[in-house]
Amino acid sequence: MSVSDIKTGFSYKKLIVPAVLGLILVLLATLPVYTPSYTVVLMITILMYIILTVSWALFSGPTGYVSLAPSAFFGVGMYTAAILGKELHLAGMVIAGGLFSFVLALIIGAITLRLRGIYFAMFTFGLVVLIQQILLWWEITFTHTRGRFVIPVDNTTIYYIMLAIFVTLTLTVIFIRRSKYGLALQSIGQDEEAAAHSGVNVTLVKVFTFAISALFMGAVGAIVATRWTYIDPYIAFNPTFSFFPVLMSIFGGMGQLYGPYLGAAIFAYLEELLITNFEYYYMLIFGIIMVITIVFLPSGIVGLIQRWRMMKWWKGGLAKDDANT
Amino acid sequence: MLEVIHLNTFYGKIQALWDINLKINTAEIVALIGANGAGKSTLLKTISGIIHPSSGNILFLGKRIDNLAPHEIVEMGISHVPEGGHPFPEMTVRENLELGAYPYQSWKQKNDTLKEVFQIFPRLQERQNQLARTLSGGEKQMLAMGRGLMSRPKLCLLDEPSYGLAPKTVLELFKVIKTLRDRGITILLVEQNVKRTLETADRAYVIENGRIALEGKSGELLQNEHVKAAYLGG
Amino acid sequence: MPILEGTKVCKNFGGLAAVSEVDFCLNQGEILGLIGPNGAGKTTLFNLISGALVTRAGEIKFKNKTISKMKPFQICRHGIARTFQSVKIFPDMTVLEHLLLSAIFGSAGRIPTREAKREALNLLEFVGLKGLENVPARDLNLVRQKRLEVARALASRPEVLLLDELMAGLNPAEVAEAMELVKKIRDSGITIIMIEHVMKAIMGICDRIIVLHHGEKIAEGTPQEIASSKTVIEVYLGE
Repeated sequence: MSVSDIKTGFSYKKLIVPAVLGLILVLLATLPVYTPSYTVVLMITILMYIILTVSWALFSGPTGYVSLAPSAFFGVGMYTAAILGKELHLAGMVIAGGLFSFVLALIIGAITLRLRGIYFAMFTFGLVVLIQQILLWWEITFTHTRGRFVIPVDNTTIYYIMLAIFVTLTLTVIFIRRSKYGLALQSIGQDEEAAAHSGVNVTLVKVFTFAISALFMGAVGAIVATRWTYIDPYIAFNPTFSFFPVLMSIFGGMGQLYGPYLGAAIFAYLEELLITNFEYYYMLIFGIIMVITIVFLPSGIVGLIQRWRMMKWWKGGLAKDDANT
Repeated sequence: MLEVIHLNTFYGKIQALWDINLKINTAEIVALIGANGAGKSTLLKTISGIIHPSSGNILFLGKRIDNLAPHEIVEMGISHVPEGGHPFPEMTVRENLELGAYPYQSWKQKNDTLKEVFQIFPRLQERQNQLARTLSGGEKQMLAMGRGLMSRPKLCLLDEPSYGLAPKTVLELFKVIKTLRDRGITILLVEQNVKRTLETADRAYVIENGRIALEGKSGELLQNEHVKAAYLGG
Repeated sequence: MPILEGTKVCKNFGGLAAVSEVDFCLNQGEILGLIGPNGAGKTTLFNLISGALVTRAGEIKFKNKTISKMKPFQICRHGIARTFQSVKIFPDMTVLEHLLLSAIFGSAGRIPTREAKREALNLLEFVGLKGLENVPARDLNLVRQKRLEVARALASRPEVLLLDELMAGLNPAEVAEAMELVKKIRDSGITIIMIEHVMKAIMGICDRIIVLHHGEKIAEGTPQEIASSKTVIEVYLGE
């Protein structure tokens, strides 16, 4: 019995959401069958952004520790694919990418999660650049190459692996959110000292959740590498990929579970739309949209939906009052 | 000096204050008593401009202030020491106090006022170079009061100044309040320590559920049956 | 054997001795008062007991086991819980969630979630917050937030409860209610240390009182002894 179940009890209404989600899953699973390959490629990009954003929000959302490390873990996954791609089966490579990122995050987390707020963000950002430069130096000094090639894989396979990561991530997120660990994570974000005094092993929960989120970033990095086929330290450890999850989470809204999903999906699609239609100005327009969102919708799309719901409820209440007088 | 006329204040859609009418004369100590959540802090915040009333007027020295911004109200001579004090944690005690003298007029007399405040709160002088966040709860309270006095106000709004203070310090605090009144500063005092407050204040208002329930000379209120039962513990 | 004892406990902040060679002992089932002027080191002592701060010197033992080096979550699970001077609630979490967190993570054994909920609801009634389970903590007034902190502490099934200025900001009627609650808690088998400035409460319910000043223990005794002690009157009580 999950923590949230015992709060609200059971009703048939609760089956609607899982049913709809199941339907969406079926549609997604059969996508390559009935859509052109362009859509499959588009979905790959959208899924990539969703996975990065949701795994970022998994840790940074409830705890409030803004991590700028996604690029680091993403890149580790990519390099795993480049180095081990020939030796391992595809699925194994993806899992390996995830595991290396997981271990890296455990180490980094143990060191840095004592830092507060801005220092944590700075350190994680620095980490991306650090790994990038170390690898660059390594490649110049030892392998005498610049970058690596990754064995290409056909789009349909890439899509299905992405989908598998996406589903696993979603199940993980739902499980954590509704379990006692979700409660613990939230309490850490609200008042870390009070949480510690309530018996929460704050360090363990933070580091472990940080590592889980890194695992998915690494896994998705490994499979994306097979799509990009050529990677080097600058491509794999691109700081921009650290900022995107943050922006997309804010845009979607962090108040609800589906916020980061929505934010990432809309933004990924928007980017695609803008690149194809305004190839020279797309960054500018993107930036303007971000600024407008932050100014007018600080709670993101989720905030907008919740306000709309409150309006309906309030108006409904007034209508009932009118009906009663 | 201060007149509150038919004041109504809301928090979003919830009404917190209903038709408040209040008068404070120069060099008076007026107390505001009531249970937690009755609206005392809300009233102080409305007077100091942090919250805007939905209707009604507040007149200070004959001028309307209910439509002014908080800093303008401070410039006019009203100082609000909030509940809990809230000193600036990363600044020293001295810096906190100096910042209290920010309004132009008081800035010129900063050093003299500082000497006076240190006389009133010697402990602050001891700790003047310490960061405010290293102070104990009660010391932060003292610091906030000191900071409030630095702007050389004509009217002081004190929101539970005795919160978390040791008994001896509370005695000194109420002596300080009387001293301030004798120097010509008017005081509106919100307190839970009802007995001590009524013994110190000249007049008092009792606020319940956002409305003024009783008012009068504090001596009379000390004898009032309802006040005794509800606030003095029988 | 006292349930909690401290020997020559010391804590410094930079050059300032916040707590200086303090000895104390707490006997099972008593209510111990901890008083002193502002800045005397009372909350610092609580922080040392609860693990929020590390002692510079000296030892703290709980049921004869040294806890001075343990982390807060470990000390909580061993059976010491506390409230905070500045009420530290989780603003966006509901009242029930506060208690569930404490019950699930803070108690010594593994409590299944269903039982935790039942206990939590009972506790809410015990402290007088019945019916408020689903209210976000930010929406409660100060008095109720303080009760919530107490309930959250109790949910971890402590043997010792540290109350930091529970009565601050309460009017006399509310103080009387809080005093009853503290007595109820003691009657249920929990030993209590309370930091307070509200003399009515301290004198009314404490069995013994310790007085701190500038980080040192300057007096210890029954309420009567403390109330008539010249040193305490001069330094703390006034008049």
